[in-house]
Amino acid sequence: MSDVAEPEVVAPSPMMPEPPMMHGVPLSDSHGQRVLHPTRAGYLKLVCTLLDDTFTMCADLTAVDYLTFPGRSLPDGVVPERFEVVVNLLSIERRERIRIRVQVPAEDAVVATLFDLYPGSEAMEREVFDMFGISFTDHPDLTRILMPEDWEGHPLRKDYDQGCIPVQFSTDFAARERAQ
Amino acid sequence: MGLVHDIQGDGLGGIPHNAITAKVEDLVNWARSRSSWPASFGLACCAIEMMATGGAHYDISRFGMEVFRASPRQADIMIVAGRVSQKMAPVLRQVYDQMMEPKWVISMGVCASSGGMFNNYAIVQGVDQIVPVDVYAPGCPPTPETLIHAIETLHAKIENGELLKRRAATGAGAGLHVTEIERGAQPIPVILGSR
Amino acid sequence: MTDRAIQDIGVQDILSTIREGNEPEQGLKPRSELTARELLREVGAVLRMSEADAAKLGDIPLDPAEDQTMIINMGPQHPSTHGVLRLMLELQGETVLRCKPIIGYLHTGMEKQGENLTYMQGGTNVTRMDYLSPLNNELVFSMATEKLLGIDGDIPERAVWMRMLLSELNRMSSHLLFMATNGMDLGAVGMMIYGWREREEVLRFFQKVTGLRMNHNFIRPGGVAADLPAGWRDDVLYLLEMIPPRLEEYDTLMTGQPIWRDRLQGVGVITQAEAIALGATGPILRSTGLEWDLRRDQPYLHYDEMEFDVIVGTYGDAFDRYAIRLNEIRESIRIVHQILDRMPGGDYRIQNKKVTPPPRARIDESMEALIHHFKIFTEGFKVPEGEVYVAIESPRGEIGCYIASDGSATPYRLHVRAPSFVNIQCLPHMMRGGLVADAVAVISSVDPVLGEVDR
Repeated sequence: MSDVAEPEVVAPSPMMPEPPMMHGVPLSDSHGQRVLHPTRAGYLKLVCTLLDDTFTMCADLTAVDYLTFPGRSLPDGVVPERFEVVVNLLSIERRERIRIRVQVPAEDAVVATLFDLYPGSEAMEREVFDMFGISFTDHPDLTRILMPEDWEGHPLRKDYDQGCIPVQFSTDFAARERAQ
Repeated sequence: MGLVHDIQGDGLGGIPHNAITAKVEDLVNWARSRSSWPASFGLACCAIEMMATGGAHYDISRFGMEVFRASPRQADIMIVAGRVSQKMAPVLRQVYDQMMEPKWVISMGVCASSGGMFNNYAIVQGVDQIVPVDVYAPGCPPTPETLIHAIETLHAKIENGELLKRRAATGAGAGLHVTEIERGAQPIPVILGSR
Repeated sequence: MTDRAIQDIGVQDILSTIREGNEPEQGLKPRSELTARELLREVGAVLRMSEADAAKLGDIPLDPAEDQTMIINMGPQHPSTHGVLRLMLELQGETVLRCKPIIGYLHTGMEKQGENLTYMQGGTNVTRMDYLSPLNNELVFSMATEKLLGIDGDIPERAVWMRMLLSELNRMSSHLLFMATNGMDLGAVGMMIYGWREREEVLRFFQKVTGLRMNHNFIRPGGVAADLPAGWRDDVLYLLEMIPPRLEEYDTLMTGQPIWRDRLQGVGVITQAEAIALGATGPILRSTGLEWDLRRDQPYLHYDEMEFDVIVGTYGDAFDRYAIRLNEIRESIRIVHQILDRMPGGDYRIQNKKVTPPPRARIDESMEALIHHFKIFTEGFKVPEGEVYVAIESPRGEIGCYIASDGSATPYRLHVRAPSFVNIQCLPHMMRGGLVADAVAVISSVDPVLGEVDR
């Protein structure tokens, strides 16, 4: 188990109606799926709580780069940042899923690792590091996993081009425009 | 090709004379085309169709090719079946380099031939950027019939010696030099660790 | 040979290429170079060992005569690694101490490419990830898109049942391929031919229905691409009658056979706690005794109305996984029988103009239909803002699709949770303490598909 226990400051939101909360974290609903929005500081503690609450399997850990879509809808009180780390947890006992979305700023793209709680997140966090450049503190082996180790750049970021070679006689006008 | 049309007059599958008077080169090419062993280089979905071609229904054993050699040293044809990523490209070249002459390459599927539908940062746009390709087989994935057609095309080219002649003339291919050792020359001692 | 001598002879270039090809960063350091803490995390974290227990990780006794371990490289081009999987094994004699899988040799940038393809084209991209069960990839992508569109409750019945039929047949063809490759990897080379013989019949049916043997792009958001052809019932019945006796043949050839049992029983053991901690799903998790199958526990399509058993193992070894997959073919046959009886008539895709292109005949008659067709195929239909994660049970485990949409016609972020990507993390734990000859058996029993591992 992790020995990180950063104190989470829960400030009561002044004057505005509070969004529904769960474990002290804003909860929203996305097409019938529960989504929690912790801060970076409270992320690990929340995941520990959920692990104790029968969410024993980390189904998926990925990230999204919201550079070109900053205006996405988030519950009140959640400050949008460039990156989001998205974790899907599964409770086998209760047959439930829950999703966690953590906002990660671009200039300080570091998040706590879930390796000590879910060893299965090792490869997923490496993939996030490789594709987005988000580091995970205390990850046992944070190296590139999909790209060659001397690759420069993080391919899934929005400012990284797909890298099409322009095809001469193509009706894919968007691709030709991008290539220019 | 592997098909004999007229067994009475055809002799050995098209060689004008019989085994005794045919040119050695023709015999060698005839033999090579009928027992070319593929190196297993299955990468992605095309590898599955390549395995299906080796299965009982499509059976490339009738062309002498059912033994997929794991070791590139023992293989003649490298069928690059699947998309070649940036990380895999040096490995592909290494395996190709380890194959002994004469060797041929079939680029199976559109991903190997030109990058296919994956025109992006991760896929080499055509395996001919890394190894010289003799036959391209299109399809995504090519059905086993297409692959057999490609193999037979290659066999026809092997049989009439066209490819090797062309390579010798243009210097293309792996570029290995063979220097003849004179008869009667003294053997040169090999001392390890020095020139 | 010293470096200087090598330089003299002039093979410097070749060697430097080979050296550059070596990836120490992604590779494996010898165990002697690891600190105790690193070892603890590598193995102990999964087993939830205490520090004291992990310090005794010499449960593999070090042979005093052999004080050196060997690190060998297996792959990426290797006849038995199921695709381009590279394994670094640290061996002591024949015993595997540690193993590290290195992947990425088939990375295709599919998730990036998916951001530039419309939702109609997305199926062609996603289907090539797990190329052994392409219809399941398309299914999970379509289900995620439909959830975002809000039409997931409105898919016509016939489309839903067709999806189930194709998904189960795909499970059968994938498991038949597992039988074939598992047999071949363990030496029962004839099994390769038998497994492919059956698989060809299933692929023939797919070709009749979808037009392609593999990578069909048939299950699309809104339903399926075309209706079932006439005479499909006879074709499916032919499959359902032909395959069970052949499965009996496999039982004779493999299941009861002593050599097979010796090679698989007790090999690649994983415990339930380890499997859950590592996120393994599918036959690996079921082989440890946990009955977790998304078709039954979080049902989708109409699996809640189907009668089938979830096959579970006891020992968590490779034999259990083989037996589970063999019996899952039988369960799939059972399900397909039920689908045959209950397949309804009706539309094969939703009649929502925004999502479904009009029938081809209408294009000649109606200008509106022509415009609709044009817009859907060039621009694509717009999907409302939101994000969703949908998971189904593929032959390898839980395959999930996470789509974040920004309201445009292409996904903003497409992520596929590939079961093999997570299952491969089980390999080091399964191989520890085993023989190197069993490494092939273990990889084969995990049944990874590198297309979805690397995407």
